[in-house]
Amino acid sequence: MPIRKVMKANEAAAWAAKLAKPKVIAAFPITPSTLVPEKISEFVADGELDAEFIKVESEHSAISACVGASAAGVRTFTATASQGLALMHEILFIAAGMRLPIVIAVGNRALSAPINIWNDWQDTISERDTGWLQFYAENNQEALDLILIAYKVAENEKVLLPAMVGFDAFILTHTVEPVEIPDQELVDEFLGEYEPKHAYLDPARPVTQGTLAFPAHYMEARYTVWEANENAKKVIDEAFAEFEKKFGRKYQKIEEYRTEDAEIIFVTMGSLAGTVKEYVDHLREQGIKVGVAKMTVYRPFPVEEVRALAKKAKVLALLEKNVTFSVGGALFQDFSRALINESEKPKIVDFILGLGGRDVTFKDLDEALAIAQKALNGEAVDEVNWIGLRKEIL
Amino acid sequence: MAESPFKADIERVQKEYSEKMTPGAIATIPGSSVINKTGSWRVFMPEFNRDKCVRCYLCYVYCPEPAIYLDEENYPVFDYDYCKGCGVCANECPTDAIIMVRETK
Ligand code: SF4
Ligand code: SF4
Repeated sequence: MPIRKVMKANEAAAWAAKLAKPKVIAAFPITPSTLVPEKISEFVADGELDAEFIKVESEHSAISACVGASAAGVRTFTATASQGLALMHEILFIAAGMRLPIVIAVGNRALSAPINIWNDWQDTISERDTGWLQFYAENNQEALDLILIAYKVAENEKVLLPAMVGFDAFILTHTVEPVEIPDQELVDEFLGEYEPKHAYLDPARPVTQGTLAFPAHYMEARYTVWEANENAKKVIDEAFAEFEKKFGRKYQKIEEYRTEDAEIIFVTMGSLAGTVKEYVDHLREQGIKVGVAKMTVYRPFPVEEVRALAKKAKVLALLEKNVTFSVGGALFQDFSRALINESEKPKIVDFILGLGGRDVTFKDLDEALAIAQKALNGEAVDEVNWIGLRKEIL
Repeated sequence: MAESPFKADIERVQKEYSEKMTPGAIATIPGSSVINKTGSWRVFMPEFNRDKCVRCYLCYVYCPEPAIYLDEENYPVFDYDYCKGCGVCANECPTDAIIMVRETK
C-alpha cells in the first residue's frame, strides 16, 4: 500500500531517489536543496538505501563523480540549485554528450549577482542547451513522481540522456504537503534495474568514453544528442501513460486547465501554475474566458503540443520567471520558434515576473490580464512586460 | 629507420574501428590513440645523437606518448607521428644525446 506522508519537496525528492535505488549519490549542499542529500545520507546511514554516498567539495565534483559512476554503469543521483548548477555547467554538456542517464533534482533558485537564494527559474533555464531533459514540478507530489519518470525516460535506449527535475525554491522545497509514497515493488516494476548497454566498465570489453572527436565525427556526435532529444518526446508520452496506469496520477507535457473556449491562455511552469489555476477559477466566475497551460516538460521542447495549444486561444500570455536578454523570457523565444511558420497563430505576449522570490499575487496577474485583454481587443501592447516592477526605485 | 611497431595496430584499428557512431561517441575498439596522430602540434622536436647515447632507456621509459621505440641494436628511435615535442626525453637523458630543436618544415 502506498503511504501518505506530509513532507517538503526536498524530502519528496530524497524519497524518489530512495525508491529509484541509485548506486551512487554525490552531492554538495546548497540552499535551498541541502535537505535532499541530507535526507539521502540518512537513508544510506540507516541501511535503507544500499548506495555509495560521495561527499564532495563542490558541485563541479558532484556531477563529475556522477559522470564517472554512470560511465561505469550504475544509476546515479544528485541535487543542487542556482550557482551550484551553474558550477556544474561544463560537466552537464559532458554528461549529455556521453549519453549518461544521470538525474538531478534542482531547487529552482535565482542566480547572482545580487546574491539571492529565493525562487525563479534562471538556473535550469540557463542550462536548456546542454542536452539535458527538463521537467518542472507544480507541487511536492510532482517533484517525487517526475524524478521517477525522469529515470524511466533518461534510461530508455532511444534516449540515454541525463534529466533534471526542477521544483521552486522555498515555495516547494521548504513547504509541507501530503505526498503519496508509492510502493517500492511498483517502482521496481516501473523502473526495473538499470542495465547499461553502452556505458559500463568491464575489463573484458575495454572502451574509451569521453573521447576526442575530430571535425569528421564531432558534428555527428552532437546530432545524436539532438536525435535523442527528439526521440524523448514519444518516450516521455509512453512513460507518462505507464506511470498513470501504475500509480494513477496523470501527466502530460503540457497540462491544460479550463482551456475549453478560452480566449486567453496563460502559459507557465512549476508552482506558479497552481497560483494561476486559482486565478483562472476566480476569473471564470466573472465569465472571463481564460485558461492555463502548464509546461511539465520544457526540454525537449514540445513543439507539436505548443502548436495544438496555439489553435485553442487568441492570446497566449506567457508568465515566466527568467530573462533572456533582448528577447524576454526563454518561453517567449521557444513559443515564437514553434509558431513562426504557422499560418494562423495567436498573439503571444510575454510577462516576466516573480524574479528572485518576488511573490506573484492576483494583483500582478490582474496587471498581466489587462495587457493580454488589450492584445485580445487588437490594441498594441509591448511584446515583453515586466510585471510588479517597482519603477519608483529605478 | 626501423618501421614503426605501431604499424600493424594502426592498420587493425583503421580496419576495425566502427564508422558507426555509438551512443556517447564511445570508442569500442581499443587503440584509437594510434590513429589519432598527435605529432602535428609539435613546436620543438627531439634531435638524437647516436654517438652520445649509452642506451640507458630513460627516454624510452619517460616518454609520455610513448613515441620512442627501440631499433634492432636497442637504440631509441623517435616516432614523429606521435612525438608531441614535450621535451621530457631531452630532460631525462643523462648524456645530452637528445636536444630539443625548433621544428622546421
Ligand atoms: S619530446 Fe616528448 S613526446 Fe617526443 S619523444 Fe621526447 S618525451 Fe616523447
Ligand atoms: S636517455 Fe639518452 S642515453 Fe639514455 S637511451 Fe635515451 S638517448 Fe640514449
